[in-house]
Amino acid sequence: MSTDTLLHTPLFTLHEDAGGKMVPFAGYAMPLNYADGIMAEHRHVRTHAGLFDVSHMGQVKVRARSGSVEVAAKALERLVPADIVAIKNGRQRYTQFTNPQGGILDDLMVARLDDTLLLVVNAACKAADIALLQDELAECLVEPLEERALLAIQGPEAEQALAALVPDVKTMAFMDVRALDVDGASCVISRSGYTGEDGFEISVPALDASRVARKLMAQPNVKPIGLGARDSLRLEAGMCLYGADIDETTTPVEAALEWSIQKSRRKGGAREGGFPGADIILSQLENGVTRRRVGLKPEGRAPVRGGAPLYGDAAFEDGIGKVTSGAFGPTVEGPVAMGYVATAHADAGSPVFAELRGRAVPAVVAALPFVSSRFKR
Amino acid sequence: MTLYFTKEHEWLRVDGDSAVVGITKHAAEELGELVFVEVRDAGTEVTAGDSVAVVESVKAASDIYAPVDGEVLEGNATLTDDPARVSSDPEGEGWILKFRITNPDQLASLMDADAYAAFIA
Repeated sequence: MSTDTLLHTPLFTLHEDAGGKMVPFAGYAMPLNYADGIMAEHRHVRTHAGLFDVSHMGQVKVRARSGSVEVAAKALERLVPADIVAIKNGRQRYTQFTNPQGGILDDLMVARLDDTLLLVVNAACKAADIALLQDELAECLVEPLEERALLAIQGPEAEQALAALVPDVKTMAFMDVRALDVDGASCVISRSGYTGEDGFEISVPALDASRVARKLMAQPNVKPIGLGARDSLRLEAGMCLYGADIDETTTPVEAALEWSIQKSRRKGGAREGGFPGADIILSQLENGVTRRRVGLKPEGRAPVRGGAPLYGDAAFEDGIGKVTSGAFGPTVEGPVAMGYVATAHADAGSPVFAELRGRAVPAVVAALPFVSSRFKR
Repeated sequence: MTLYFTKEHEWLRVDGDSAVVGITKHAAEELGELVFVEVRDAGTEVTAGDSVAVVESVKAASDIYAPVDGEVLEGNATLTDDPARVSSDPEGEGWILKFRITNPDQLASLMDADAYAAFIA
């Protein structure tokens, strides 16, 4: 596919200048990797700091027509199973848009900043998400922030690099969100990310994005990182990729995301249910599920990829599920994967077999994450 | 010894009826650092276009195809512990397998170095 017809983020020229290998992703030309390659970029993020362009993701502002943030939060709770009302000013939370079957339409971050909710949604889902919000939240103004880019700076040296431009970020904790100026640009910064490392996501006006990105890249030990390493980093961190590990056919409980459903939305909670598929999801929370998303550690060095069937036996008689994401983990220095297995096989340490080129590769169910997270709590 | 290249970005160095097969520098740069190489068992008979090996990067698996009809003789055992050797020296130490050619007439359809250079230009 030609990259000519693809959308460009505000950092397109920067990617080309930095030697990015541009590939199509969700309709955008995005860097798969730069000259150092995926392995080196992955390791750089785990040891120093990496700058990611995630401007293809959707940023959406939701505000009640009345101006009441409580009204907006209650409205959004009609679409997601998380407690949105309880998000304190300057904090954010992970959740999912669900469908009437309890499946996941998209996963997203919801931040509260004064009277506004700020949502970050997946690139491939953003048009549908915006339509859903506009259709279902009549009491709210839903405004896609098309003129904003999104940068992520991730890694143990991310704080130092960003603090050189904005010293205030040092006082932020994991999942804090603040409106801060970066080099004169009005930004919204959250202390979060998709790598398992400490780091920040920076929503920046499109016109300022390239300048801010170049200032960050000029800090010691900051390198640009492509989507290839973003995927291997999130996989080692045990985080889901929408469209691979979660989709319309998987519920949050099957996906082992029940930690993102607070007590207030569960059975007997103050605002129990009230989101699409609540009957199914709340029943699964009480009664369990027949399959679960788990980490998988294949033996040997051969990567086991998404789509590989999983069995309880090496003769491929007892089908128990399939791999949804898999790669070689550069930090783990071995293959890592995740997938769904029948609940009887879902405990850490359970032996399973993946089918790879007709052969049975032994694997064990592993606790996630594969690489322990280093968030600043 | 004669060096041939394929449209699948492989090279083969032919000596009599045997050949050493690897991937080109161009292919190695496209794939990025390799993390795993697996060659089919010695003695496996294949026809041109069959997969004889798989090379894997962090991101993806790619097949290595038999350039001509023949038989797998052996894989490069040093790649088991150091698959990145293919990335650092694809046309030397990073060779992938040795192969016995059973239909040498098919070599005529492959490219020489100049033709391959023009092919990737």
